[in-house]
Amino acid sequence: MLKQTEGSRAVAEAIALCRPEVICAYPITPQTHIVEGLGEMVKAGELAGCEFINVESEFAALSVAIGASAAGARTYTATSSQGLLFMAEAVYNAAGLGLPIVMTIGNRAIGAPINIWNDHSDSMSMRDAGWIQLFAETNQEALDLHIQAFRLAEELSCPVMVCMDGFILTHAYDRVDVPAQAEVDAFLPAFEPRQVLDPAEPVTIGAMVGPEAFTEVRYLAHHKQLRALALIPHLSSEFAAKFGRASGGLIRPYRTSDAETIVVALGSVIGTVKEVVDDMRGEGVAIGCVSICSFRPFPLTALREALEHAKRVIVLEKCLAVGLGGIVSDGVRKALSGVMLKGYTVIAGLGGRAITRKSLRQLFEDAGADELEQVTFLDLNADIVASELERETLSRRSGPTAEAILRRLGTVASGIG
Amino acid sequence: MSTHDTPTERPTQRQPVKFYQTGTFTVGNRLLPENVRSVQADMRRTNSLNSGHRACQGCGEALGARYAIDAAMQATRNQLIAVNATGCLEVFSTPYPETSWQIPWIHSLFGNAAAVASGVAAAMRVKGHSDVRVVAQGGDGGTTDIGFGCLSGMFERNDDVLYLCYDNEAYMNTGVQRSSATPPGARTATTPAVGRQPGNEFGTGKNVPAIAMAHRIPYVATASVANLRDLEQKVTTAMAIRGARYIHIHVPCPLGWGSAPADTIRIARLAVESGLFPLYEAHDGQVTARTPIRRRVPVDDYLKLQKRFAHLFANEAGKERIALVQAVADRNIAEFGLLAGDDAHG
Ligand SMILES: Cc1ncc(C[n+]2csc(CCOP(=O)(O)OP(=O)(O)O)c2C)c(N)n1
Ligand code: SF4
Ligand SMILES: [Mg+2]
Repeated sequence: MLKQTEGSRAVAEAIALCRPEVICAYPITPQTHIVEGLGEMVKAGELAGCEFINVESEFAALSVAIGASAAGARTYTATSSQGLLFMAEAVYNAAGLGLPIVMTIGNRAIGAPINIWNDHSDSMSMRDAGWIQLFAETNQEALDLHIQAFRLAEELSCPVMVCMDGFILTHAYDRVDVPAQAEVDAFLPAFEPRQVLDPAEPVTIGAMVGPEAFTEVRYLAHHKQLRALALIPHLSSEFAAKFGRASGGLIRPYRTSDAETIVVALGSVIGTVKEVVDDMRGEGVAIGCVSICSFRPFPLTALREALEHAKRVIVLEKCLAVGLGGIVSDGVRKALSGVMLKGYTVIAGLGGRAITRKSLRQLFEDAGADELEQVTFLDLNADIVASELERETLSRRSGPTAEAILRRLGTVASGIG
Repeated sequence: MSTHDTPTERPTQRQPVKFYQTGTFTVGNRLLPENVRSVQADMRRTNSLNSGHRACQGCGEALGARYAIDAAMQATRNQLIAVNATGCLEVFSTPYPETSWQIPWIHSLFGNAAAVASGVAAAMRVKGHSDVRVVAQGGDGGTTDIGFGCLSGMFERNDDVLYLCYDNEAYMNTGVQRSSATPPGARTATTPAVGRQPGNEFGTGKNVPAIAMAHRIPYVATASVANLRDLEQKVTTAMAIRGARYIHIHVPCPLGWGSAPADTIRIARLAVESGLFPLYEAHDGQVTARTPIRRRVPVDDYLKLQKRFAHLFANEAGKERIALVQAVADRNIAEFGLLAGDDAHG
């Protein structure tokens, strides 16, 4: 059914269609509307056979999810930013135990300075925790990916994060096609756990494992992700066949077959990138883009095939590996190992800074002329940085940086994308 | 799956168990009618924490866990799932690829046992398995310190979980460091008794059973491996109640306390008889029963069997500190009315 609705609401409805049994939640912007929506459905009796548990922290939220999932319940939670970091220990644990929990990340920056707006620092900080990470480009895709996520998680016995840009998607009203219950039921069978806490068949889960077996256990976690590389496209095609639209998959190339310049990005920004690509194509520039949907497992082969014929690759990242540059760029470089082409890392959209068509256009042109630094910060205000650096040389007690910059700018919460 | 009768329904004719009566507080009970004998005296006890684990000799925690979990198994007719925090109990019972647990058991993290148990309980509810019950268990560190937020959350939501805290008064698994349950004056690796330092500072620590009671959960009790029948009965009582329940069990640790493995029960008993570890039960936040002290002893008797308190006996300053420890015991005795004959408090 077609609906004009908020991204968070669309996701809540998708989760409800997946017949979850335990949902635990803790509020944090911009994820909150999703679990509020689900809480309402549970209280209104629209979600039969589902427990909604309000907990005292994100650490508890994921811990409750771990217990519920290990006891055989289809389990869901959602968080963002500081909340994801607060549950970090349990994030690794859920993956280590192989529990097929699905969690939405309403992507948001990590403080300090505290910032509620969108970038990808939160989920990317957990990139090696053993969860599958899928990034949604649109609200429709966010909805669809959650349905695929439960299938994927349960087939592999591996937790899945569905990442959607905070505010840009979570709070945007858009038209989405909400499938019927019967359609979802036909795609997503009832959860049959691989391991379960059951008095009829007692098992020990979470034993102490030493050097004699730890490597093998870890290898198998890696192996699971390698299997996901095959399963993700398979589920995406099955989904397309059943629901009549393309969603998910490993990567999505756009106008790349003859492109000399290819932009790689994740999430909602790809929409803006495509517009700029179309503009430049109209002027005869051989440019295209690739959207990475599956960030973990990282689709090395698929990316290589999509990129290797290009002359240059621009990786547009909403996350900064401080002291290095880009995180996604690292993976892209690995995908292209041995291939000679120019690679640029562009850090953009941090803490919600708008990524405009104008800036992207300039950026792609500079890259096309190979006039870009290896690592570029899109729309960095060099004056502010210079003056702050100078201020710090003037006094030992120069005070807090962020506050000094805000004072100089004289505005708060501007330039949000 | 074997089924297990509740105590009141036990058949009267079956192979008697040859345990020996060594005192009213121990497992013997062969002089008692069968239907009131201890769970451990029952041939059909489940040995939920089976032999072969790697606890130290004389480990109070291993003993307490065996009694508590077997009693919970009997009370639930074996429909039990256990969640364990990181700590000695978890490590000594599950060295991969072996496990001592004969029951469904999960270990997730150090600080989240109560929350994981809430999740298991929720799953049982939605699946309609209301007969399957959940216990969470952890050491004092996993309970009173790092797991405290999750514990309080589980209490506050009144989730159907029995939480068992095995209090050996320090972080034993990592080599005996102070926790908020470490008693004043005790030497640990992080509260050394060098020079005039007293070991663990006086005036610190927290009373978690009292905090549990402040949540007004349906059942809170303290128990000790000195009184295993009492421990079994408290677990049995707890399992007859729905909602959040908490039992705080005093479990001496020979390694951490510097005591002889053979003295574990004796030391536990001296903690009770001196008044340092009062035994009581509380329903809905109100104390409803106390175990009176039968033969009161000075705290010295308890302290001097443990090397962690040896420095207190070394000089005059130590004597003053022992007096402070005695004052703690006296206060407990007065607060709970623990002296026998004082049974206005029942
Ligand atoms: C988050 C975290 N911090 C620290 C540890 C290290 N650690 C493991 S067990 C333990 C001590 C456990 O003490 P307690 O809960 O009292 O149990 P005991 O071993 O004394 O029975 C510590 C500090 C850990 N596993 N996880
Ligand atoms: S260190 Fe203490 S608690 Fe740990 S196994 Fe040994 S005796 Fe038991
Ligand atoms: Mg301890």
